[in-house]
Amino acid sequence: MTVTMLLVGTRKGCFVLESDADRRTWTTRGPYCEGWPVYHAVHDAESGSLYAAAASEWHGAGVWRSGDLGETWELSSEGLGYGEDSELRLSKVSGLLPAHGRLLAGGEGCGVFESRDGARTWSLLSTLDDQPGRDAWNIPANQPPGHLGLPGLLPHPDEADRFWAVIQGFGIFETTDNGGSWTPRNRGLRADWPLDDPEVGYCVHKLVMSPTDTDRLYQQNHVGMHRSDDAGQSWVEITDGLPTEFGFAAAAHPHDRDSFYVIPLDPGHGRTMPDGKAAVWRTHDAGSSWRRLDRGLPQVDAHLGVLREGMAIDSYDVPGLYFGTSTGQVFASADEGESWEEIASYLPAIASVEVAVLA
Amino acid sequence: MADVHLPATLPPLFRDLPRHVEVEASTVDGAIAELDARWPGLRDRLCVPGPKLRPHVNVYVDQERAGLETALGAQSRLDVIAAISGG
Repeated sequence: MTVTMLLVGTRKGCFVLESDADRRTWTTRGPYCEGWPVYHAVHDAESGSLYAAAASEWHGAGVWRSGDLGETWELSSEGLGYGEDSELRLSKVSGLLPAHGRLLAGGEGCGVFESRDGARTWSLLSTLDDQPGRDAWNIPANQPPGHLGLPGLLPHPDEADRFWAVIQGFGIFETTDNGGSWTPRNRGLRADWPLDDPEVGYCVHKLVMSPTDTDRLYQQNHVGMHRSDDAGQSWVEITDGLPTEFGFAAAAHPHDRDSFYVIPLDPGHGRTMPDGKAAVWRTHDAGSSWRRLDRGLPQVDAHLGVLREGMAIDSYDVPGLYFGTSTGQVFASADEGESWEEIASYLPAIASVEVAVLA
Repeated sequence: MADVHLPATLPPLFRDLPRHVEVEASTVDGAIAELDARWPGLRDRLCVPGPKLRPHVNVYVDQERAGLETALGAQSRLDVIAAISGG
């Protein structure tokens, strides 16, 4: 039987929500990972393992792994750090990327770590040295509350040595040689603040790629939604038609390169859905127009926040869309966002939602 | 042998790690090294590079606030405390 599995990373551990291919009835199990704050939990389709990037206030950062779909978990941080001789310090590990037979993790500092043994041991792949602005990455005044450092990693599906990293508050960097060298990929982005270097200083919240076109990238930025048609070498803004330019989460349609989902939020301190009315917004034409999707979502006093890893989309012919909120609700749509149901109501604050379809 | 008392947050992280362990060590740092040898990775849960104790981990030797360098006697009791915090 086909299982649709949601991995939900929360402030108090990882939860697993499961359904069948219809995605109408869901069960919840957890919490896992000993209640550690989980920043990102993922399923590795190649190995079948689950991984959860976590950081305990008491016991530091690590990555939990499960080889039995979440029934049992083990933690390791061996090699997750910059060493005694480095000035860099790692207190959080956040973005996880399983691809091409390995697992990458992004961490504070900032650095990319690699594991080739299923998250038992790690090695430091790159700290992106020599990139413009690198010296400013760890200045406390540049780090907002909840600072994660390097929260985003995006793989190229065909080229193992090519991937993109998002440095919080500084932008996107691409490597084509497995972290040996990097190039800023922020041309065309907007910044509403002074920049020391026009190549960097952009606040990219979430970067996604169309599964049908590796040149088509989308991003939710601190200031606006943006699209790239050349794998990030240049960007155009596609904010017009949305209620706000701010948000964290984004998802690319699995079968249509021109369809993309975002969850606009108020840009002030609240960072919740505008007017207390919950909605996801979708473009079917690469950002030329947007449509509000709110059937089944709460429209009264729904001051919901969704973080950068808080939305996911599955790969069914009619894809399902999912998002988790900072107040512990999970909403699911089995019809590309046309209608929604609340499938969990009382989880801890949610940092991440990922979906896997298991045959 | 020093008698080490560990916080409840640690045993779930390591197979067969009990709350109370006896170790042969002359300092707190040495006791943590001994524990790490028996349960690899345990040091990382208590210490950060420096080395120093993690910000919310405290140790007491024979009821006195201690540090990594504090000496342990043959009959010492070492309490490792995860500070009461959070919510």
